[in-house]
Amino acid sequence: MIGWKDIPPGMVILEAGSAMKIKTGSWRAAYRPKWIEENCIHCLLCWLYCPDNSVKVKDGKRGEFDYDYCKGCGICAVECPGKKGNKAIVMEEEVK
Amino acid sequence: MATPLNLKELSKQEIRFTAGHRLCAGCAAPTVVKMILLAACDYPVVAASSTGCLEVSSCISTYTAWKIPWIHNAFENAAATLSGVETMYRALKKQGKIDRDIKFIAICGDGGTYDIGFQSLSGAMERGHDMLYVCYDNGAYMNTGIQRSGATPTFADTTTCPAGAVIPGKPQQRKDLTRIMAAHGIPYVAQASPSHWPDLMKKVRKAIETPGAKFINIFTPCNRGWRSRTDDAILLSRLAVETCFWPLYEVENGVTRVTVKPKEKKPIVEFLKAQGRFKHIFEPGREQMIEAIQQAIDKNWERLLKEEEISASGEKAE
Amino acid sequence: MTKVVAVTGNEAVANAFRQIEPDVCAAYPITPQTELMQRFASFVSNGQVKTELILVESEHSALSACVGAAAAGGRVATATSSQGLALMWEILFIAAGFRLPIVMPVVNRALSAPINIHCDHSDAMGARDSGWIQLWSENAQEAYDNTIQAFRIAEDMDIRLPVMVCYDGFIISHSIERIEYLDDETVKSFVGDYKPLFPLLDVDNPKSFGPLILTDLYHEVRKAHSETYKKVPQVVLRVAEEFEKISGRKYGFFEAYRLEDAEIGIVILNSAAGTTKDVIDEYRQRGVKVGLLKPRLFRPFPYEEIGNALKHLKALCVLDRADAFGGSYGPLYLDIAASLCNYSQKPLLINRIYGLGGRDYMPEQAAKVIEELMEIAKTGKVGSLKEYIGVRE
Repeated sequence: MIGWKDIPPGMVILEAGSAMKIKTGSWRAAYRPKWIEENCIHCLLCWLYCPDNSVKVKDGKRGEFDYDYCKGCGICAVECPGKKGNKAIVMEEEVK
Repeated sequence: MATPLNLKELSKQEIRFTAGHRLCAGCAAPTVVKMILLAACDYPVVAASSTGCLEVSSCISTYTAWKIPWIHNAFENAAATLSGVETMYRALKKQGKIDRDIKFIAICGDGGTYDIGFQSLSGAMERGHDMLYVCYDNGAYMNTGIQRSGATPTFADTTTCPAGAVIPGKPQQRKDLTRIMAAHGIPYVAQASPSHWPDLMKKVRKAIETPGAKFINIFTPCNRGWRSRTDDAILLSRLAVETCFWPLYEVENGVTRVTVKPKEKKPIVEFLKAQGRFKHIFEPGREQMIEAIQQAIDKNWERLLKEEEISASGEKAE
Repeated sequence: MTKVVAVTGNEAVANAFRQIEPDVCAAYPITPQTELMQRFASFVSNGQVKTELILVESEHSALSACVGAAAAGGRVATATSSQGLALMWEILFIAAGFRLPIVMPVVNRALSAPINIHCDHSDAMGARDSGWIQLWSENAQEAYDNTIQAFRIAEDMDIRLPVMVCYDGFIISHSIERIEYLDDETVKSFVGDYKPLFPLLDVDNPKSFGPLILTDLYHEVRKAHSETYKKVPQVVLRVAEEFEKISGRKYGFFEAYRLEDAEIGIVILNSAAGTTKDVIDEYRQRGVKVGLLKPRLFRPFPYEEIGNALKHLKALCVLDRADAFGGSYGPLYLDIAASLCNYSQKPLLINRIYGLGGRDYMPEQAAKVIEELMEIAKTGKVGSLKEYIGVRE
């Protein structure tokens, strides 16, 4: 933690997006989401609805979860439409 | 060319509100912020927030989740603060010191909007600053520990109107802020919900493309305050729309249009029963309370449909 | 080239604003400040300045908009009085905490209750610890000169702090006096181009203003803020020196009037200093060694310099145009007492409260104070430490 001599004038934060240094994945308590690729239709709703930007997307295709930030809320699993009635995201017990 | 509002294209855009913020697990506010900033992805945005959950959780110590210029001044003055930023932008643009086309968006909770910040909001809107003010409405002072606000629904249990033996939660009705903002005669006012994201993003986009003062009220579930599950923020916001608790509509240059009409209007019980803050009204002998809530919703919904009809015929007459 | 005119204090300050042309001004009407912004609004309406005006719905929003505008990255000013300043109180600390160089004339007026529109200093005194630099002005000339210097002081890269320019409501704001205006070009080149620090409108380098700072860092942030004020006095003197070159008028931390060889003295702020000086001249003619100290830089308070200037006196009266309720002494008295407390040789002190709510401060009141000080100097005895003067029994 910085000392008083290093405080910027007005305590203005000059590094945009520095919150990324805070790995909120440690907040997950009981459950973590699991992606089941074969059931995924790449609708990207999980990417949109995730409050913690924890669904990686590349070239319009869904990728893995980013467990560094995922707080385990489970919104993605609830909103996942899945394929033929099978969810592409399920919540499973957290492994610490 | 504006970026198309489909998720494939939007997912290629930078999300200008990063992870690492300290909002609760399952809070809908960061999702709402993400949707707003994605809808505005074709422009540089300068944002302001009032004191509240979003503010304290997004910018704490030396860490900020904002990848756009952002200012928090105090609780009641985000609209005035942003009106100052926007005015300086106009001044410097006129002097040729800035040539970028910048959009200005305030994102504030219901406490900072309906209540303590109402004067500042009303003044900024009346002055017609070229800015969009978004309220993320979670229906109480969640940041200070779930106290009632002007946005708290009737009979909701909060820490300052606790459901007791004599007083069963908040006795008063909610303030209909969206209608109050429409009464300011500003060019664009809307209500939106994250469950209906294309509607929400279209409204934000329409708002930022409209010159002048704009207001959008966005339904934003809070699982801590509503005592609901951490995974049902989107589900609850969808139910709020489907029960007509939170109608999706816009008032554009005085013309009201309901943008999403539920195929089948669901009974309000479906929305209420998923939330612990309404648990007490399901006790035997309190059936009339649910009925009262339903009647109020029905009345508002019918009035809104009538308003839409009247303003549409008025538009034709012109 | 200077121009001599006969104008009110408000008109003089409005003219300083016209010459400086802030990028943005946000203001709300309040007596006796109103005339200042009305006059400035006519400059805006007539295209005489490039300034954008924000005509807000309250003083709270006036200062809030100024905070936004200053953070955005341009020159900003507002003005207020009394209840208006009280309503701004919350945001005063934020403007200072953000280190925003906002300039605000405060046309001093009494605070309610009871409501009163006339002069005293309770408004600015209530804001003295908010982190704003305060410059006090005896007359319209000083209000004009201080306003011009305020922008340079506020915007100095070493400090970046908001500045209040205080002058007495009605007595100065609405009385017509002889003023020497500097010409527009001289003022513009003296104030110079605005240099932004961390402008919010620099969208390619996004910054966040106003973080939540908790127990692990707040103490350090406040220490850093406190240290900034140590740099203010040098900046004030440097700006005053440069101002003397363009105006021929000398400014410092305070004005000392016939003080050097004095045995008794009076400390007083703003317009009442003029009356007091006249009375001092009369007593000097009668051989009474009396002098005056009129603070100009009230925040940060130049304790050392003021203590040094007063310590040789035998008796000293601090005249406060604001009371501090709850049994305290007047705010000016407390600072004067603090500036002298560590000297072994120092004057006996008394505090007199005068002129509240615009009550006239008459020469007889100054004379009575001088008589009392002569008695204290002679006997070494202080009767009553704090009293109201000019009050009906």
